[in-house]
Amino acid sequence: MLKKRYIASLFIFMLLILSACGNSNTEQASTKKKTAEKPKPTEMILATTTSTQDSGLLDVLIPMFEKQNNVKVKTVAVGTGQALEMGTKGEADVLLVHAPAAEEAVVASGDAINRKRVMYNDFILVGPNENPADVSGQDIKAAFKKLNDSKATFVSRGDDSGTNKMELSIWKALNITPTGATYVSTGQGMGATLNIASEKNGYTLTDRATWLAQKKNLNNLKIVVEGGKDLMNIYHVMQVNPEKHKMVNSKDAAKFVDFMVNDETLKIIEDFGKKDYGQSLFFKYTE
Amino acid sequence: MELIIDGLKKAIEMIESGNQEILQITLLTLRVSFVSILCSTIIGLPVGMFLGLSRFRGKKLLLILINIGMGLPPVVAGLWITMLLWRSGPLGHLSLLYSPTAIIMAQILVSFPIVTGLTSSAFQQINEKMLLQLKALGATRWQTLLILLKESKIAIMAAIMAGFGRVIAEVGAAMMVGGNIQGDTRILTTTIVMEVSKGNFDIALALSFILLSIALIITALLTFFQQRKRIS
Repeated sequence: MLKKRYIASLFIFMLLILSACGNSNTEQASTKKKTAEKPKPTEMILATTTSTQDSGLLDVLIPMFEKQNNVKVKTVAVGTGQALEMGTKGEADVLLVHAPAAEEAVVASGDAINRKRVMYNDFILVGPNENPADVSGQDIKAAFKKLNDSKATFVSRGDDSGTNKMELSIWKALNITPTGATYVSTGQGMGATLNIASEKNGYTLTDRATWLAQKKNLNNLKIVVEGGKDLMNIYHVMQVNPEKHKMVNSKDAAKFVDFMVNDETLKIIEDFGKKDYGQSLFFKYTE
Repeated sequence: MELIIDGLKKAIEMIESGNQEILQITLLTLRVSFVSILCSTIIGLPVGMFLGLSRFRGKKLLLILINIGMGLPPVVAGLWITMLLWRSGPLGHLSLLYSPTAIIMAQILVSFPIVTGLTSSAFQQINEKMLLQLKALGATRWQTLLILLKESKIAIMAAIMAGFGRVIAEVGAAMMVGGNIQGDTRILTTTIVMEVSKGNFDIALALSFILLSIALIITALLTFFQQRKRIS
């Protein structure tokens, strides 16, 4: 008797578990049925930067692309460094990134092909409202030098992302290697880094899109340097070379490259953000 | 404080409005966690019983490995599974990376040692005299095992609960092998990380309440099952 009860209750428990799994399965099946007339969508992996995801731009573009081409896009949002690395390993099919110098290296090595310029936004230097290092204007190099001289707290992404590469190239141009307790390296995405800068009363370099999207939580910070031509943040799209990496889905990747430089798409990109922030976050910048 | 109340309100609002995306994320979280813990239990329980009851050379070494496994950092498990599933890796041809299956694999890897380790310690504690008595009463091997299982019910349920806690709380590995892909591999924990990095603290907080409620309900059910008095 005892044994039977035990087994029965165990059985019920298992059933519960199975039904929990089963429900979502049938649900998937029913959604699949609805689209049954269309052939099964192909899968494509897009490796991109956190700025395009965190700003919400991809939430607008990807569903459009998926619908037009019957593709299932798997978006992996990581730092530009990691995204490019995924390209060199053939782990992604298409890349949307913003570190031109590093991208050229990947094209030169033959891992990426069909690289096209898409859009830009700009980098800005943000800092505490009190602006203890007293930096301003358009000249980012002068501002960085001043920050280093006055030993103001600087918060760096430190994650090999496009923004991090930009920051490091400025330090390099100045021949300065920032060190010490006032140089904070977070190793995290832009959103997290902005929050750390705000908490630590530090300065940080950010792309404008993420700044505008996050400004509501960052009452301690304001823009101190913007507008210089050194601060342009250029995005390129490129395909991973199918001849070098045989599992790559090049058919859809090529379509995605075309999609990104299509005038209709670019119009949507330019309009993106106007409603929420009163200004565009990204601007058309094709070749 | 205001933020917490906002978060609670948002959570209730999300549930009430039947937000499709949240529903889908929650269902996926449940599915992934249940399948993982079910697999871990199916493998871990027999292995743990065997390790607890039998004596053989190298048993201590195995136990050490299992006990280390109990503390295996999820990101390490995630990294191993990622390398295994890379297109250039040994299982690359299956295209499993960035799929729910990949998350389940990583979660089995982190929860299986917990179930095994805790089960084996429960079985190691069984009184020798009881084993002798069972033998004397003429119990067959299967009858013995069944009685022992019943005897250690509380400990076994604790092992399953600990494993389940690990699985539902896990984020590092799920992020790495799942990729937090919208509509595909986004589970509650990874969504919370993403919403925090987007600066949407209210949504993140709301999701954390949903996650906590689920953990609470399931753990309560399991505890109820564990503590239930035997009816004979």
